[in-house]
Amino acid sequence: MQINLTINGAEQSAEVEPRQLLVDYIRSTGNTGTHIGCDTTSCGACTVLVDGTPMKTCTMFAVQANGKTLTTVEGLKQNGELHPIQTAFKEKHGLQCGFCTPGMMLTSAALLEQNPDPSEDDVRWAISGNICRCTGYVNIVKAVQHAGELIREN
Amino acid sequence: MYPPAFNYSAPTSVEEVLATLAKEGEGARVLAGGQSLIPMMKLRLASPSYLVDINDVDGLDYITDVNGHVAIGALVRHNDIVKSELIGSTNHAMTDAAPWIADPIVRNRGTVCGSIAHCDPEGDWNSVMLAARAEVVAQSAAGERVIPIDDFIVDFFTNSLEPGEIVKEVRVPKYTGRGGGAYVKLERKIGDYATVGVATQLELGDDGKIAKAGIAMTAVNSKNTRAAAAEQVLVGETPSDELFREAGNAAAQASEPETNVRGTEEWKREVVSVYTRRGLETALAQAQAQA
Ligand SMILES: Cc1cc2nc3c(=O)[nH]c(=O)nc-3n(C[C@H](O)[C@H](O)[C@H](O)COP(=O)(O)OP(=O)(O)OC[C@H]3O[C@@H](n4cnc5c(N)ncnc54)[C@H](O)[C@@H]3O)c2cc1C
Ligand code: FES
Ligand code: FES
Repeated sequence: MQINLTINGAEQSAEVEPRQLLVDYIRSTGNTGTHIGCDTTSCGACTVLVDGTPMKTCTMFAVQANGKTLTTVEGLKQNGELHPIQTAFKEKHGLQCGFCTPGMMLTSAALLEQNPDPSEDDVRWAISGNICRCTGYVNIVKAVQHAGELIREN
Repeated sequence: MYPPAFNYSAPTSVEEVLATLAKEGEGARVLAGGQSLIPMMKLRLASPSYLVDINDVDGLDYITDVNGHVAIGALVRHNDIVKSELIGSTNHAMTDAAPWIADPIVRNRGTVCGSIAHCDPEGDWNSVMLAARAEVVAQSAAGERVIPIDDFIVDFFTNSLEPGEIVKEVRVPKYTGRGGGAYVKLERKIGDYATVGVATQLELGDDGKIAKAGIAMTAVNSKNTRAAAAEQVLVGETPSDELFREAGNAAAQASEPETNVRGTEEWKREVVSVYTRRGLETALAQAQAQA
């Protein structure tokens, strides 16, 4: 089937089988920051913003993204500038191996869009669908709150 | 993991959805949030030959107040319930349950009606719907029928839809008097299904006695189950700790939990009893707080 969509501002069109998973399609466009962790809707490594809302793309078919606008981790940077969430993850050491990081940052960016001043509880609740095996979450939470500060300062 | 090949379309109207289902016959399935169906297809526990994706249908994402009930359309996501002021002010058990369904990202996609249709005995919504005595509106090319939730839930992953029918909406009755409700859920971690869940709802008469009671249980039977004997303990009586304890025990007796990784049979039965009592206490406090 023919699909047309926008990924990080670039229009894409492709011929896909209905059973092609969205995550695999996204990765085939070179946006390999979108990871496959569990493949069972549990870990959130495959999270992408679909029309601004976080979705687990291992649990969507590519055909379902027809007509949609997607943002992957590669699309966070704008005009050569890191997104505040990226700056904050770097400054607060919000990652170790980095495998969960794209999903964490996209989920957090969507949270900050709604609430630029989240409490620790708000952050922990919002990222509870994203699993990190390395950090113990402490620095991730700090990074998200710091990104909120950066956004509020601007 | 990949499912076997299937055909797919994403109609933009209910009429087209129904026509496609009628045409494709037995092998066709509705795809709503896909948060249960797609994992099952990937594990090859389900292999539909045709998916009719309803996500592009306009006007199915309503939550509206109509003649004594709240109507929830087929594309209302779990997270829409978390955010809904109308639900917040009319149904305490739904408000309790919504934030504990799956995880925040799954809640952005999964639908209430999809969960109801799925009839997973570990799913939360059907217990809430039983306690509220909700009705499911089924629609096919031939017309519409209204199915009480007790008749809709047949068994383990089995509903009473006929081929070609979809769940168009669920109707959740509003309290007729002073009412309250709760959903108390024990889960091991966010994203896991309930170890035990209990939905309760109470309505008080002018005399302060219990006029209506709803109690239903998650993950302790082969389907979400109404604790009818426990409800009977309550109706017509004056609320008291002793009465609620009795109702909790009756609910526990109606549960048939299995020992698994989430806990032993005996312990889960105890949880049913305690959670029923706690839910009733919360529901009562809410009902009494209303003028
Ligand atoms: C990690 C994870 C954790 C979860 N945890 C919980 C939990 O704690 N509690 C809980 O209750 N659920 C949980 N779920 C399941 C989730 O709530 C699903 O969203 C829900 O079970 C199915 O709704 P859906 O819209 O995703 O339906 P789908 O997956 O699209 O469909 C499920 C079934 O219902 C049918 N169907 C869907 N909509 C209709 C309709 N309108 N008419 C007729 N048939 C229809 C489909 O054909 C399919 O057979 C979890 C899921 C995941 C992935
Ligand atoms: S890969 Fe999609 S949730 Fe883990
Ligand atoms: S940084 Fe390694 S999984 Fe999160």
